[in-house]
Amino acid sequence: MTKEQENIMAKPKIATTSLAGCFGCHMSILDIDDRILELVELVDFDKSPINDIKEFTGECLVGLVEGGCANEENVRVLQDFRKHCKILISVGDCAINGGLPAMRNTISLQECLDEAYLNGPSTQNTSGKIPNDPEIPLLLDKVYPCHEVVKVDYHLPGCPPPADTIWEALVALLTNKPLDLPYELIKYD
Amino acid sequence: MSENLESVVKTICEGFSNEKSRMMDIVREVQENFGGVSDDAMDLIAKQVQTPRVEVESVVSFYAFLSKEQHGNVVISLCDDIIDRMFGFERIKGVFNEALGIDVGETTEDGSITLETAPCIGMCDQAPAVMVNNEIFTEVSGDTVTEIVEQLRDGVAPERLRRRLGDGNNSNPLVSAAVSNNIRKEDEVIFAPLTCGNALKKAIAMSPNEVIRDIKTARLRGRGGAGFPTGMKWDFTRGAQGEKKFVICNADEGEPGTFKDRVILTERPQLLIEGMVIAGYAIGAEEGIIYLRGEYNYLRPYLEDTLQKARNSNMLGTNVMGKEGFNFDIRIQMGAGAYVCGEETALISSCEGLRGDPKNRPPFPAQKGYLGYPTSVNNVETFCCVARILDQGAGWFSQIGSKGSTGTKLLSISGDCRRPGVYEVPFGIKMTEVLEMAGGEGAAAVQVGGPSGQMIGPDDFERTICYDDLATGGALMIFGPKRDLLEVVEYFMEFFIEESCGYCTPCRVGNVLLKQRLQKIMEGKGEPSDLAYLEDLGNSVKSTSRCGLGQTSANPILSTLKNFRPLYEALVKEDQPFQPTFDIQKALGVAKGIAGRSSMHFAE
Repeated sequence: MTKEQENIMAKPKIATTSLAGCFGCHMSILDIDDRILELVELVDFDKSPINDIKEFTGECLVGLVEGGCANEENVRVLQDFRKHCKILISVGDCAINGGLPAMRNTISLQECLDEAYLNGPSTQNTSGKIPNDPEIPLLLDKVYPCHEVVKVDYHLPGCPPPADTIWEALVALLTNKPLDLPYELIKYD
Repeated sequence: MSENLESVVKTICEGFSNEKSRMMDIVREVQENFGGVSDDAMDLIAKQVQTPRVEVESVVSFYAFLSKEQHGNVVISLCDDIIDRMFGFERIKGVFNEALGIDVGETTEDGSITLETAPCIGMCDQAPAVMVNNEIFTEVSGDTVTEIVEQLRDGVAPERLRRRLGDGNNSNPLVSAAVSNNIRKEDEVIFAPLTCGNALKKAIAMSPNEVIRDIKTARLRGRGGAGFPTGMKWDFTRGAQGEKKFVICNADEGEPGTFKDRVILTERPQLLIEGMVIAGYAIGAEEGIIYLRGEYNYLRPYLEDTLQKARNSNMLGTNVMGKEGFNFDIRIQMGAGAYVCGEETALISSCEGLRGDPKNRPPFPAQKGYLGYPTSVNNVETFCCVARILDQGAGWFSQIGSKGSTGTKLLSISGDCRRPGVYEVPFGIKMTEVLEMAGGEGAAAVQVGGPSGQMIGPDDFERTICYDDLATGGALMIFGPKRDLLEVVEYFMEFFIEESCGYCTPCRVGNVLLKQRLQKIMEGKGEPSDLAYLEDLGNSVKSTSRCGLGQTSANPILSTLKNFRPLYEALVKEDQPFQPTFDIQKALGVAKGIAGRSSMHFAE
């Protein structure tokens, strides 16, 4: 088989990540239950917390991004996803709007750190210092939604989006069919 | 807590019978007395009128003229609308900054003078304008600023500051304002000579239904901008169930670029009052309220005096003009600097002593309005038309103007033209004619109807001003070829963001997003899909907002996208499909400073 034929025969690949999120959207992905067996028939997983592959091994068709960008590592990972994924999807409200982490956006970074590590009523920090190990990624001045950092192709709203919504969206993409989500799957109030 | 505060607050509340529906008046007076409504004062007011404290605070925090923080005894408000920006706002702001040693939003160290900005104070034809407490200064130069500050420093009270009094009643001792009427064209409805009482006499000789029939025959439509048929509104109010009924005059002229009501209130308040009394007679009301915008407080003594004279001649009071059983009186309700209160249901909330939140409709005010009673809210100019219709006849009125829009319209014209001011013109006049009259022939754009209206270009100048074509409450802002129209749009969006009451999401959030995307385009970072985004979001804001403010707040963007699309297209880069606004180095700046190290992922 030529390389090209191999590519055509190979299953498309999918990658997922959680940036400044709570992994709730990943839980929702797992909530597709036994359909995950159908999913592995359709795709292979590349970089993802589900299989614990840390770095991309090649090009992917779809990247699912949970969470917005709160620190420099989030930005690097997101840019990496953009580079390797043909289609990038913001999954859930944190990726789309910044979500709960973005509640700090109206407060200065210094104030946030002071409250978290020095002055908070429940803070126990005998060192009296704000953690500053070189391994800790620097925080951004505020939390950014993904589409402000890179081009995002689709948005799946919800906190988290229901498993059925994620499933329907993925299947539509992978089978090249138009996505037709029933009202119940995109209504959140 | 000082005893003085306690006793003064008590006296003020008692002055309004401890009535919580008079909260606006109570907090305004407390603010005037103490330069702010402090936490203590709010507690005292709440106790005195027996209402939860939050009711007081919600009012204090809502209105621009009210504040919890202590202001100086003198508050200087620089009018910051687009026209003032075009005619020297920055320059005079700079002179104030330097002379006072403070920036906007600050109070001098001795606590005596506070510097603020205010959206349009209704003086666009004589910009730049400044308010010093209740006193207005127009066409302000750097020298005027220096002179004002020097006198204030010498202890001169704002009402005694030197000024050149304006024409007409602006020189009346009760007004004594440095404001010009700039009436450029008079016609036969509003500015024709006035004989007080004729219209009212004719009205009370008829039955109320006959009065309403006359208004219908004249085909009078509301002058505030929406153009609802006045006769129909009165019919609904008259027919609605209610122990009492109310007539409210909307004199909250807050639409930037509009100032014609100010001139009516200065020169023809008698006509307005007569129109209100006729409305009271027609719908069966005994009480009327003039909701006067806070910026026009300088007109209040004169209006109170005019009302008193009307009482003395029995145009107000019991058995008005000898009509047995017809009693009617009017009070003035002062606003406190909130644009949304020009929306009739928000205006009613404000009259009731609440935040200026719009109410759900239905029920419409004609069914359940002020304090739950059937209420007719009409514009200042509408009441004036009513009085003329009763005096001169519905037939006479309906001959003026065009078929669907009878009568004359007052236009407030400002911006890049040689003769800004107020023009009374018959409906159906072409924009080209208006521009010629005002000396604005070379206009690149005209904003019709203020920020909530639409911006049109030369292609549309052959269109006519009437309800069926270019509908307007009267504001026309003219922009010459050298103006950056997108900057104008940006200002308008800023205005709506500031003035949104915050109740519904499309207006509170949507306008912020619209402005952000507009700014992205203006910075040259636009991509083709941004225009579709603006249109899409703009239409959502328009169709899903709760009140008239929100429903029209996207118009600056939507109307320029329609009429001035090349301006946007020139800034949008076709070849670069994604233009991030995100700048990693900028976003990391603060953290790098705090951590004292550089980024491990992104080298500078």
